Amino acid sequence: MSPDSPSSGGAITRDEVAHLARLARLAVTDDELGVFAGQLDVILGAVARVGEVAADDIPPTSHSVPLENVFRPDERRPSLTQEQALSGAPAAEGGRFRVPQILGEEQ
Amino acid sequence: MSAPTLVDFDDVVDRYDPMLGLEVHVELSTNTKMFCGCPTEFGAEPNTQVCPTCLGLPGSLPVVNRTAVESAIRIGLALNCDIAPWGRFARKNYFYPDMPKNFQTSQYDEPIAVNGHLDVTLEDGTVVRVEIERAHMEEDTGKSLHVGGATGRIHGAEYSLLDYNRAGVPLIEIVTKMIPDTGARAPEVARAYVTALRDLIRSLGVSDVRMDQGSMRCDVNLSLSPRGSGILGTRSETKNVNSLRSVERAVRYEMSRHAGVLDAGDKVVQETRHFQEDTASTRSGRIKETSEDYRYFPEPDLVPIAPSAEWVEELRGTLPELPWERRARIQREWGLSDAELRDLVNAEALDLVAATVDAGAPSGDARSWWVSYLSQQANTRGVVLDALPITPAQLARVIELVTSGELNNKLARQVVDGVLEGEGEPDEVVAKRGLAVVSDDGALIAAVDEALAAQPDVAEKIRGGKVAAAGAIVGAVMKATKGQADAKRVRELIIERCGA
Repeated sequence: MSPDSPSSGGAITRDEVAHLARLARLAVTDDELGVFAGQLDVILGAVARVGEVAADDIPPTSHSVPLENVFRPDERRPSLTQEQALSGAPAAEGGRFRVPQILGEEQ
Repeated sequence: MSAPTLVDFDDVVDRYDPMLGLEVHVELSTNTKMFCGCPTEFGAEPNTQVCPTCLGLPGSLPVVNRTAVESAIRIGLALNCDIAPWGRFARKNYFYPDMPKNFQTSQYDEPIAVNGHLDVTLEDGTVVRVEIERAHMEEDTGKSLHVGGATGRIHGAEYSLLDYNRAGVPLIEIVTKMIPDTGARAPEVARAYVTALRDLIRSLGVSDVRMDQGSMRCDVNLSLSPRGSGILGTRSETKNVNSLRSVERAVRYEMSRHAGVLDAGDKVVQETRHFQEDTASTRSGRIKETSEDYRYFPEPDLVPIAPSAEWVEELRGTLPELPWERRARIQREWGLSDAELRDLVNAEALDLVAATVDAGAPSGDARSWWVSYLSQQANTRGVVLDALPITPAQLARVIELVTSGELNNKLARQVVDGVLEGEGEPDEVVAKRGLAVVSDDGALIAAVDEALAAQPDVAEKIRGGKVAAAGAIVGAVMKATKGQADAKRVRELIIERCGA
C-alpha cells in the first residue's frame, strides 16, 4: 500500500490542507488553513518516528489482530424493511433516499 | 461546447497507432452481497435488500463472502493469472451518494489475480493475445435517479433519489494491459475481447454477464501516438459502453476524436467520457481525479485474504470445459472446417446449436436452421439470435418431424414461423395450421396422374428413362397440394406411375 502522506521532507503546506479539505468536502477558513497545517505537521512528525525503528526486515502491520481468511458462507440474512432502511434519512421519496442536487461529480 | 473535429478513420490509422486498454466490471451472481448477507436480486423494490453494513451505519462490520472470493479466483485461473498468496482490501474514498459509506471497498495495489492472458479470435480467424494486468474484487454502487431538469440526467437535476439494493453486490474488475499494434483493427479487437471474456465468464457460471442488464460493463481506455513514434499519448476513459457493438463504436469514435485534437496541435484531456448510444459518440464527464485523491488505505475492518496453494488447486479442479476447449471438441465431434466453426461462433449460434443437438437433433440440421433461416428471422426482427422466441428443444422437435417425414422443409419453416409468432409448441402449430404432410398415397396418386396428363411430353421423357425430368412433375404436384406433400414420396410415385 503506497503511503498516502504528503511528500516527506517538507512541512505540510496550506495548499495541501486546502486540497484535502476540498476532497473531504470540509469548509475551512483561511485562518484555519494555517492552524491545521501546523497541527497536521505535528501529527505527521509523530507518525514518522515509527519509520525510524521499522527496519526492512519488519513487515508492515496490516491489522492489529493476526487473522487471515475470515469468511462467511454465501447465505442470505434478513435485510431491513424499506421503512427501517429509510427511518434515519432526512428525506425520502418513493422508497428511495432523497439527496440534494449533485454537482457534476459522476462516478 | 463545440462539436469535436473527427478525423476519417482510415486517415487516423495511416498516421497514428492506437493504444487500447479495457476495464470490464462483472457483477457476480452470488446469493448475497460482498460483505453482508443481503440478497442480490435484480429488480426488487428499492431499499429492500439493504442492512446496516451495506448502508454504512455506525457499528456495522463487513465480512467477506467466501463464494465471491472463490469466483474471483476461478476467474483469475481461467484467465491464466497468478493468484496472489496474500492481499488486502482498501478503502477508495470519494464523496458521491451512490455509496452510503463515502468509500468503496476495493482492492488497490494487492489484487487477487495478476499477469494473465486471454487469446481472442477475430472474425477472420486471426488470434490476438490480450495480456491481463489484474482482476480484483470490489463492490457495486447504488443506483441514482436524478429528478428535475429537462433531460432527467444529472445536469440540471434538482435532487437525486438513491436505491442501495445494488450497493455491495460483488464485482470483479478485469483490467487488460495496454493492447499495442492493433492498428485499424483496434475496434474489432476490443469487441472480440469483451465477447471472449463474456463467454469465458458465462462458462464458469459465476455471473450472468448481461450487458443489457448491467451485470457486465465495459470502460474503454484509448490513446493515440504518432505512427511509429512509440510516444504514449494521453488517454481518455469512456464509460457507459453497454453492448458489444458499442464497444467497437466507442473505440472507433475515440480514435477519430483524439486524432482531431492532436491534428489541431491541442492536448488530449485526461478525462472520463460517457458513451452516447443514440449518436455513437462520447461526451465529456468529469476531469479524472488522480488516484491520490481517492486516499486509498487498507480497510481496517477486514483481515487479509491469503488463499493457500491447496485451495487454489482445488478451485482449479472445478474449472469447467472452457470456451476454446469446448469449441475444439465440437469442431472435432461435428467434423467442422475452421471456417464452418467460425461462422457458427460469429453468428453467436454455437450454444444454440449445441443445445439443439443435446435435445436430439443431428448437428448438420441444427446448424443449418440456426445459421440460415433463424439468423434471417433474427435479422428481420432486429434481435440477437438467442432472443428469438424459439427454444432449442422446440427446434429439435421440428427437425424430428422432418426426419420422420411428417413435415417437409417448407412446412417445417411454417411451423417455426408459428412458434415464433407465439402459437405454441411445434405440434400445436402443426395441428392449428393443418400443416402435416399429405401422406395419403391415394390423394397423391390422383395429383400425380393429373400432373402427368397435363404435361404429356414430360411424362413421355420419364417413360423413356429420363428420370431427371420428373422434377417438373414433382413441382406441379407440390403446387397442387399447396406444398403439403412429401417431395421424396411424390418422386417415387411418379416413377412408379411411369413404369420407369
